[in-house]
This record gives sequence, structure tokens and C-alpha cells, in this order.
Amino acid sequence: MNRRENLKLLFTGSLATGLLLTNCSPEDKQADLSPKIAGGTPGGRIEEEIQRDQRLLSETFLTEEEREKLNVLVDIIMPADEESGSASEAGVVDFIEFMMKDAPSYQTPMRGGLMWLDSYSNDQYGKLFLDLSENERMEVIDKIAWPEKAAPEMRGAVSFFNILRNLTATGYFTSEMGYKYLGYKGNTPNAWDGVPKEVMEKHGVELPEKYLSYYLKPEERGTVAVWDDEGNLIG
Amino acid sequence: MSFEIKSSGESYDVIIVGSGAGGGMASKILSEAGLSVAVLEAGKDFDPAKDEDRTQLRPAWESPRRGAGTRVRPFGDFDQAIGGWDIEGEPYTRAKGTSFDWFRSRMVGGRTNHWGRISLRFGPNDFKRKSIDGMGDNWPIGYDDLKPYYDRVDKLIGVFGTKEGIYNEPDGFFLPPPKPRLHEMYIMKGAKKANMPVIPGRLSMLTRPINNERGVCFFCNQCNRACQAYADFSSGTCLVKPAMAKGKVELYTQAMVRSVTTDESGNATGVSFISKVDMKEYKLRSRVVVLGASACESARIMLNSKSKTHPNGVGNSSGMVGRYLHDSTGADRMGIMPELIDRERYNEDGVGGMHVYTPWWLDNKKLDFARGYHIEYWGGMTMPSYGIGFSMDTMRKYLKDEFGNPSPNGGYGEGLKKDIRRIYGSTLGMSGRGESIPQFTNYCEIDNNVVDKYGIPVLKFHYQWTDQEVKQAKHMQDTFEEILTESGAVLLGEKPGPETMYGLATPGRIIHEVGTTRMGDNPSTSVLNSNCQAHDCKNLFVVDAGPFVSQADKNPTWTILALAWRTSDYIVNELKKKNI
Ligand SMILES: Cc1cc2nc3c(=O)[nH]c(=O)nc-3n(C[C@H](O)[C@H](O)[C@H](O)COP(=O)(O)OP(=O)(O)OC[C@H]3O[C@@H](n4cnc5c(N)ncnc54)[C@H](O)[C@@H]3O)c2cc1C
Ligand code: SF4
Repeated sequence: MNRRENLKLLFTGSLATGLLLTNCSPEDKQADLSPKIAGGTPGGRIEEEIQRDQRLLSETFLTEEEREKLNVLVDIIMPADEESGSASEAGVVDFIEFMMKDAPSYQTPMRGGLMWLDSYSNDQYGKLFLDLSENERMEVIDKIAWPEKAAPEMRGAVSFFNILRNLTATGYFTSEMGYKYLGYKGNTPNAWDGVPKEVMEKHGVELPEKYLSYYLKPEERGTVAVWDDEGNLIG
Repeated sequence: MSFEIKSSGESYDVIIVGSGAGGGMASKILSEAGLSVAVLEAGKDFDPAKDEDRTQLRPAWESPRRGAGTRVRPFGDFDQAIGGWDIEGEPYTRAKGTSFDWFRSRMVGGRTNHWGRISLRFGPNDFKRKSIDGMGDNWPIGYDDLKPYYDRVDKLIGVFGTKEGIYNEPDGFFLPPPKPRLHEMYIMKGAKKANMPVIPGRLSMLTRPINNERGVCFFCNQCNRACQAYADFSSGTCLVKPAMAKGKVELYTQAMVRSVTTDESGNATGVSFISKVDMKEYKLRSRVVVLGASACESARIMLNSKSKTHPNGVGNSSGMVGRYLHDSTGADRMGIMPELIDRERYNEDGVGGMHVYTPWWLDNKKLDFARGYHIEYWGGMTMPSYGIGFSMDTMRKYLKDEFGNPSPNGGYGEGLKKDIRRIYGSTLGMSGRGESIPQFTNYCEIDNNVVDKYGIPVLKFHYQWTDQEVKQAKHMQDTFEEILTESGAVLLGEKPGPETMYGLATPGRIIHEVGTTRMGDNPSTSVLNSNCQAHDCKNLFVVDAGPFVSQADKNPTWTILALAWRTSDYIVNELKKKNI
């Protein structure tokens, strides 16, 4: 019996013409899966994810006017200082735009909160938020930025500002600028050899005597481990 | 990854369903014994060493959501578990008044691509709990039966740790453990005051090489993203791929197995599967079928394998398939360490998991619940990602201003920016992971009203915690407060009380689900014999966590691996003896 006939016997439907076998060569990547719009997450994405990222990146949630307002607001929350730039410079408004679509439960509080700013400003000053003077703007913000001092009738606006503060802070501190400002030192290959000595001293902690000889020694990281029958490392 | 549609007339010695921990180990051992092996995997190929699959070392800004979780990756956008709690087109249901959440990964290597790599052996007591407290059942095997396999798993895969000589926390062949991080040292101090042990962790990352094929850990703290150096264990990179390279294993990806096919005498003849590529059904033949699709999925396949000889599903003449489903208990608590505010910066990544932990340390005879738990610790200056800077509306008060007064919550501006920088790396927490009592009444079955997008009937879950687990969670909460307080931390959030079952996680949430095809000597109360062979189908085996009689207060995977190796040895011998 040849392979083909043999095959037929295996199939239920007998319409099928072959079995699927993974071929691990990277050359034959499916071309149509490559993202058309830059900016989707890289690394082992499945089709569902690529399509979703593409769709979210191609849609726009925020209106021009909302973006303008956000540009002002995020820089009130995370302004530039001597050490680093501001939230808008760090791309936080683009991040917020994306999150509105990625986590749609943000949409209503965000849109509603931005509208509230205008109606409140109108009530108090007869102007839209963006038309307020800087002092007036800060008067409005101070009403909603301090949850424990805010008036009870401001509660809705306070939660809007909490969301905005969260997103702005996270957008800022997950940007390249934010990593630098934070002083984050990780995400780079190294040979971990414990907390620096001076730091341990400052915090009044020390490594337990009992384990000192067992901890990994960086200079042995290249040597293939060998054990005796009792599980003691002997090489 | 693409597919080549290739004719393949051969039938195999063994078909293995699933390429996770159990399936991966079986593929290696069975193929090395000279058997021809087909591995059928529902997901796609995955290899973290290929740049197109790599998320390791990517900073948050390479993700438009800055690493936030998605439906497909609930643990984060860079996490390498493709699947999640809720997979498009693959539903499951729950009986009214009960709850169970089911986490699945659909990819070569299954959930071992991102698992926490806490690699603990079960101890002698863990196989004989009924003899100790009268609850549940004993395993038909004991620690001595598995010890040689644990030893081999240690040496083949690599695990760091220290020999402690604790009776029910057996030592193994350990690589050197990494030194503790700063928050871990605070916890060690606190736990000492509370009279609790904290010992070096036991995790499967290569702090030193074990062979020349896999690289050594370079301490990026991102094992959940899968390691491009293969320095952490995952089944795809450490078992399936090396076995394939030796020639005897053929991997079918995107192959969703529906059922085990059987002949008139009730023996397995192979499997029937749906190719996700053309949505057609295929059959593949083999002398032996090995299920490693994960505990619940293997039960599902068996229940869906109905025939004249197996009217209730293959392996299910006892009606036990799906029964005794159980997960570990879990609860958590968090604190903030004032001493760690304004801390000095250095690279504190370490391995992708805790460097120290607390094994169960008490005697249940003196407690009001039956089984123990271990404690996992977390904290440190981890990579900033979605969520950093959140909650300053409740957390800012923990920061003192220059006059020593608490800052008002909320706010904005340069001061807020500074405060977020100051608070970074000062929160820490812990998670208890404990043993529950397996119940006949906690189970999964086929939901006859619902099919998935492949037309395969889905699982329906029935699960409720008992008083034992609730009391254990209460004990965890007391312990957490004690350790945090003794370490000098300020407790965050309210202590969970009876209204939330003391923060006890929903069944399934700890992702240690086991027991659905349990082993036993009595064919009327168990599905498999002590060699993980179906009582009523001698060439059908299960190599995932289904065979577990009880899930100890240890994470299950090291035991899945040891058991799968033992089962594979048994299969090889039985084939040699022509018994199957
Ligand atoms: C976040 C997280 C952390 C964890 N941490 C730890 C830990 O620290 N220590 C520990 O011991 N355990 C841990 N676990 C649990 C561990 O991942 C599992 O115990 C282990 O992976 C189970 O192995 P398995 O072989 O049973 O199944 P899986 O690893 O789930 O693999 C099953 C494979 O079978 C495939 N499959 C399923 N159904 C079918 C079908 N019908 N046809 C074909 N293929 C199919 C799946 O696609 C999958 O690839 C963790 C899990 C998670 C999610
Ligand atoms: S911590 Fe080590 S083992 Fe884990 S992914 Fe990073 S380099 Fe690999």
C-alpha cells in the first residue's frame, strides 16, 4: 500500500488531503500577519491579538478638543521639572487615547469628566475650561484633586481626577523618560550577587551566616553543576 | 508560525495530547526509548529564542498598553501565556451557586512558558493524608516511589535551593540559590520574630549550567516572559524541542483533540482531532495514547470519548472522571515598608520569582483546620509597568513631607511626581498557597447544551469550598499580619473577614487544578491505577495533574514531571513485555 492509500484509511472524512505537521523553519512566516500600523506589542502574538492591536491603533476615541484639554491636564499632574520633561512630552496623551479603546470602561468616566470640567467652569466663571486663566484652572483642579478635602458634591469629579492621575502617572513612569526619572536600574543582563553591602548596612540587615557558603557565587556561573549521590554540589 | 501540509501515513507508537509539563516529559522519555511519538498540541509553535516570539527584556513602552493585561494575556501584555481565563470560542460553564475559573494556555509548552517555576517536591506525608487526618484519600503510591524520579527531574531540568533536612519538604539536587533581595531580608527578620522559618526558594532557573545546551540565568526577573537563553524550565524549550531534534518526535500544532478512539475490545486506537487550520476532523492512530492536556482538559477528552464499550466515556466506568477536582487555596496581603521609602537604586531584578519562602511550619493537630500552606513573598524594585503610580489617592499619605507630616492623599504636580519616585519599591506582600480537601461533589462534567467553536462539548464546573479551606484562609490572614507587622511594614487595605471567606481565592484561581482522573487501587473509586494507566483501557495513560489524589501545600508541577517520567518508564516496559 502506498502512503496515499494508507493515509485515506486514516481519515474520517476522506476529503482531507493531508495531515498538518509543524515545520519549524522561520522562513515561511505568514506574510499577512505583519502589522500594518506600527505600535502593536511585539513578541509571539497570535492573530487575534495582532488584529485587535491594529484595530485599536486605527481608531480614534478622543476628539481634538478632548486631546487639547488632556494636554493641559496631564502636564498639571506630571509637569516638567529640572530633572525631566512633562507628561505630554512623554507621550502620555497618546497612551491615554490607546487605553480608552483597550479598556473601554474608562471611556465614560473620562469623557464625562472632561465635560464636567467645562460645565463647572461655565457655572463658576462663564467660560470653558481651556479658556480659563491659569489661576482659575488651578482653582477648579484644587476642588477635585484632593479626595479627603473635596466637597461631597464633588465626589464624581474626584473619581474622574483619580482615574486621570492614575493614567497620567502610569503613562509617565512607563515611558523612557519616566524610567530615567525613576532611576530604574533593572532589565539588563547581570550577575546578581545580593543587595550592595552599603545598602544592607544602612538598613541593618545581613545575610544569614548559615547560607553564606551555599549562595550562588558569580564566578561559578560558568561551571556545569555536578553533585554527589547525596545531592551535595561537588563541582 | 506557519504550517506545511504534509502527508503522513505512518501511525505512531505513541500519541501524546498536549505539550505542557506532562506531555513534554512523556515526549522526551518515550522518544528516547526509541518509540515513534506524535505530540498533538492545540496551540501554535512558540520559541522565546526567536526574536519574533521574544518579549524578554522589552521595556514597558514597547507595549501600547504598557504591559497591562489583556483577555489573551491576563497577567500582562508581555506575559507568555497565550490563552487566559476566557478563550475566544472555547467557553466553559459553571453550575448555579458554584464557582470555578479555568486558566488555559494554547501554545507549545502550555502553561510552563510563564509559570512561576516554584518547584517543590511533595513530601512523605503528602501522599498519605488520610492516614494522618482521616480526610480524603491516600495515594496508592508513596514518596519512595517518586523519589528516584524527583531526583532525575532535578538533574535534567535544574532547580535551585538548599538542603534543609525538613521531613515533609524533601531536599533534592539543588543549584545554588540567589541571595535574598532587600524586602526579603526584612521579611526574614520579621518572620524570625514571629518564630516562622524563611528559607531560600526552590525554583527552576539555572543559576549554574547543568549541560551545554541551555544557557545560564542572567537575572532579568522575567521568567514569565519565557527565557531566550532557555535558562528557566519550560516544556517547549527544555523537553519537546530537544526531543524533536533527536528525530523521533513529530509535533502537530493547532491540533485540537476531540476524543480518544477505541476498538471493539475497548482499547485505544488513537485520537480524533480538529485541525484549526482547515477546521476539518482528522484521525491519527497509535499503539498507546497519553493524555497531557491538563487535568480538566484530559478529563474532558475522556468524557467525550464515548463508545459501545465505554458508554460514559473512556476510562470512566467508575464514573470518577472529573470528580475530586481541586485547586490549592490562596489568599494574599500587602503592606508598605516605611524603611524602603526613598530607597537607594540598584538592579534588584534577580530571578523571575521569590528568592525566599516559608514552607508549612505548624502542626495541624493544634489547629482548627486540616492541612497546611506555604507562603510566597513579593516586592522589590521591579520593572515599572502598567499600574505604577496608581492609587496615590489612597497611598500618598504614607509619604512623609520634609517636616515628618503625612502628605495629603491625591494631588498633582512636581511633588506628586517626586512622591511616586519615593514610594517606588516600598510595597511588598505575600501569598499563601495551601492544601484543600478533595471532594466528590467538586467536579467537572460535560455540559450537554454547549459546544466550543470546534463543535466539541464543553466542561461544566461544580465547585464549593468547605469550612476547612475557609478556616485555613483565616489563619493565613492572621499570619500575614503578624509577619508584615514584625517586619516593620504598615498593613495596606482592610483585613479580609468572613464576608469574603477571608480573601480565599475563587476555586481555580491558583491554577493548581488537579484530581480529575485520580489514581487508586480500587477501579470503582478511581480512574487510573498507580501507574497512571486507565483501569478500563490498558493502553490509555494520563500524565498531567489529573492523577493526583491530593494536591499538597506545594505547587504541583514538579510532581507532574516526576509522575510523567515514571508513567513513561512504565509504558516503555509494558510495550517491551508486549502487555500493551
Ligand atoms: C501564572 C501561573 C503561575 C504558575 N506557577 C506555578 C509554580 O510556580 N509552580 C508550579 O508547580 N506550578 C505553577 N503553575 C501551574 C503550572 O503551570 C501547571 O501545573 C502545569 O503547566 C500543568 O502542566 P500540564 O502538562 O498539566 O498542562 P499545561 O501546561 O496546561 O499544558 C497543556 C497543553 O495541552 C494543550 N491542550 C489542551 N487541550 C488540548 C486538546 N484538546 N488537544 C490538544 N492539545 C490540548 C494546551 O494547549 C497546552 O499546551 C502556574 C500556572 C500559572 C498559570
Ligand atoms: S530571570 Fe534568568 S532564567 Fe528567568 S528569564 Fe531572566 S535570565 Fe532567564
